[in-house]
Amino acid sequence: MDSTPQFFRHGPGPLARLLLFVLLSCLLMVEDLRFKVIPELRQAVAMIIYPIQQVALLPSEVHDTVMDFINSFHIIEENAYLREHYLRNSEKLLRLKALEAENTHLRKLLGAVNTIHAKTTAKAVMAEILYTPRDPFSHKITVNKGREHGIQPGQIVIDYKGIIGQITRVYPLVSEVTLITDKDHSVPIQIVRNNIRTVISGTGKNNEIELRYLSVNTDIREGDLLATSGIGGVYPRGLPVAVVTGIKRHPSDNFAQITGTPVAGVDRNRQVLILSLSPALPTSPENLAEESSVESENN
Amino acid sequence: MSLKIIDESKINPKKYISKDMLAPAKSWYVIASLVAALILNFVPLQSFALAMRPDFAALVILYWAINQPQRLGMSLAFCAGLMMDVHHTSVLGHHALVYCVIVYIASIFRRRINVFSLVQQIPQICVILLIMQSILIVIELLGGANLPGWHYYLKSLSGAIVWPIVAFLLSYPLKHRSNPDAL
Repeated sequence: MDSTPQFFRHGPGPLARLLLFVLLSCLLMVEDLRFKVIPELRQAVAMIIYPIQQVALLPSEVHDTVMDFINSFHIIEENAYLREHYLRNSEKLLRLKALEAENTHLRKLLGAVNTIHAKTTAKAVMAEILYTPRDPFSHKITVNKGREHGIQPGQIVIDYKGIIGQITRVYPLVSEVTLITDKDHSVPIQIVRNNIRTVISGTGKNNEIELRYLSVNTDIREGDLLATSGIGGVYPRGLPVAVVTGIKRHPSDNFAQITGTPVAGVDRNRQVLILSLSPALPTSPENLAEESSVESENN
Repeated sequence: MSLKIIDESKINPKKYISKDMLAPAKSWYVIASLVAALILNFVPLQSFALAMRPDFAALVILYWAINQPQRLGMSLAFCAGLMMDVHHTSVLGHHALVYCVIVYIASIFRRRINVFSLVQQIPQICVILLIMQSILIVIELLGGANLPGWHYYLKSLSGAIVWPIVAFLLSYPLKHRSNPDAL
């Protein structure tokens, strides 16, 4: 076969080429799943496809403008409605402030630790959902705020009802939000009714999250509201996450099968709110020794 | 032995032979068609339309791999796959892999597929798209995902159904305008 004239040479055959590319993509996948050594590659590809995405978003933008124009006829009614709501809510807010003051006072009397700062509304950024990927496997959305707008990975995304997810990847102009329904995503929560602490995880299905590893005799009922506990310091305390919808207690299992539905419109709303990162918490005990040694060196 | 085995009047030469000869595509045309397909793939859609939208990038890659394999190599398919992965926030390299696989399948079967008319190619394209989606599922399962519902496969069906349209549109600018029979 070596006597093939130069004229007919076309490089390696299709199978060899396929194997080469399969190997390459397998390497990429392993790199992306396990090591994350070259995050710049993803950023570079994101920059290349940014103009393509912008063109693809044009139809929906046109649609939005037209709908805005049509909706603008109802703007007076809507304004009156919102004004009324604002008045009602401000009454609640006043009461909340009084309660907050009372709460801190009582905590002082008890000598309890100050709660993690509830400064959630201070630096919230409004963002709009650009698109949801069509992949049924990934429960992520892309929003139109990125590094240029001061977004950092780890920030919490909410809507007006509760938690939607968390920023996991930030590009210059857009960022990715992992929804709480993603199967690799967990939120530390408390049952509002009786303050039982646990962790809620996504199932990878739309509109379903589950409480794993709660024993069969745990006091939990259908309709219980689950809110963030603030433990771990990533999620601020007291934001609604989900409502318990189904409990299966099987005597042969150690754990009850408890599923819930997210309170927030995880798959519905266009506008979301990105909360600022909560202040840094004290590090966990293992790292404490290292941290203090570093600090003493700095001092 | 009788020579008259085939009744010549029954052969419809138009059916198989009279395929239009296509002019070789310019490389900018191939890349532009890929970009257009990616734009169609990136248009944000909702529930039902989202589930039914065919993978246009895969269709365009298949078209070039079947009709003009010298224009679209696996490297271009690989790049398109990377772009799909970044857009879909999925693991990098997983669409890239399946696009290379469909280029390979097309390179094996392209002469056989080319015998048929565009409409007759639908089932074969459907099979290729199903293979592609099955590989995607296997990769996701290895990554620990759950099995998606059966409607995940609807994309392959809709992709195969729009295949004649896509192929016609792509081949249209390449057809020779002059009549080859005219002297």
